Amino acid sequence: MNRTRAQGWLFGGSLAIAFLLQLMPLPQLLLPMKPYWVGLVLIYWAIEMPERVGLGFAFLFGLAGDILTGELLGEQALRLVVLAFIVLRFRARLRFFPMWQQALALLALLLNDRIVMLMVRGFSGEAMPSALYWVAPVIGMLMWPFVFLLIDDLRTRLRGSEPR
Amino acid sequence: MAIARTETATLFAEGAVSTLRLIVYLAIAVVLMVLDHRGGYLQLLRHTGSALVEPVYRLAAFPADVARATRTAVATQDKLASENRELREALLLAQARLNRLDTVVAQNARLKDLLDAQKNLGLSVQFARLIDVDLDPFRHRIVLDVGANQKVAVGQPVIDAHGVMGQIVELLPNTAVAMLITDPTHAIPVVDERSGVRTIAYGSGAIDRLELPNVPISADVKVGDKLLTSGLGGRFPAGFPVGEVREVKNDQSGMFAAATARPAAALDRSGEVLLLQDQVQPYGPPPPLDAMGPPADLAGPAPAPATAPAPSAPESTP
Repeated sequence: MNRTRAQGWLFGGSLAIAFLLQLMPLPQLLLPMKPYWVGLVLIYWAIEMPERVGLGFAFLFGLAGDILTGELLGEQALRLVVLAFIVLRFRARLRFFPMWQQALALLALLLNDRIVMLMVRGFSGEAMPSALYWVAPVIGMLMWPFVFLLIDDLRTRLRGSEPR
Repeated sequence: MAIARTETATLFAEGAVSTLRLIVYLAIAVVLMVLDHRGGYLQLLRHTGSALVEPVYRLAAFPADVARATRTAVATQDKLASENRELREALLLAQARLNRLDTVVAQNARLKDLLDAQKNLGLSVQFARLIDVDLDPFRHRIVLDVGANQKVAVGQPVIDAHGVMGQIVELLPNTAVAMLITDPTHAIPVVDERSGVRTIAYGSGAIDRLELPNVPISADVKVGDKLLTSGLGGRFPAGFPVGEVREVKNDQSGMFAAATARPAAALDRSGEVLLLQDQVQPYGPPPPLDAMGPPADLAGPAPAPATAPAPSAPESTP
């Protein structure tokens, strides 16, 4: 009982922190390198807890993101639904990849996400972003092991505090 | 091979995801985006949810604020003293310049009276502080700590001590979002201070660069020229510094010169900004005087221009 509640807190807390990190300011130079934290954390939970993170959850979560930061209602919802779909489809494989392979898969996912974003913005008539636009997925890939291990560690700790 | 349809695949993928649902969600998202693009419902939604959105902004900006406060707190007295001295010198200089300007302003006002011009150059501003959050690194937006409750309006120019920063594009009750002049979707009419050539400066998406893609080849624009707002377009008042020309070269077609400029305002460093109150000179012919219209209590919706109430006031008194 207590355990599931703690897990719930971890789940909600990590998603909330992802939003805060996404909004958090950085020095101008580092700004384009900010990874898509919201996407990373959502991918983690989609891999680990697919019974909670379905397409519907990703959609609603994306809408919340749009209300927070967005320019166009539904943009992040679309991106996160696409992300969640691919992750859920290949979850069985992604789970058992060694970390470096997982990180590479993440790079592909995040690049795909960037392309989706570019399409959406292209359709809504925005200019082509600079080359730095493509740096963020690489940073996201480099951050993935840390995100994964951090949340994983917290989860095992929460689980370990209870008698099995 | 169809991956998730078979029995075993379902066992692994836990049946959580089907293509049909994906299509449905994607369709909903696309419909939402199209509707929003046409109708701007997101702003409405954000306005409604502002009780949630604004605290999140403050929360996200909190660590940076704390870091800055700590830096100030642990700054050595030496440094503070020297900074103080520098600021005092700058103030002195500005004060002296202002004093000289005062006479010029007075002279200008006299001349304008002679010319019967109605423009006034009084600068009424509102002070605002940046909330340090980053909405999207590829859109140049800043969040300010004033909003609709503080009588801010969409379209108000935002300036800092050095020049024009941008304009307000979105309002929440206690927060406002401003678009910087370097945003790729922003354009500002400018005039070359030295030669008087008028052109338009577009945002480039880089925080330190403005593009002037269509300067006529024969036009007199040189490296080092200062660009001021021209006041055309009726959004930005004339005469504020926008930037300084850094490079002039031919564009690909050879029909125009393409120049780049560096913004004058400290776009990535300003912590405090000023919002200009609406005082842009109206462009086009002056509005007709409606002294012959219906009584003032019927003419509610149209906000009367500054000169209008005087003639219509006597009608409403009896």
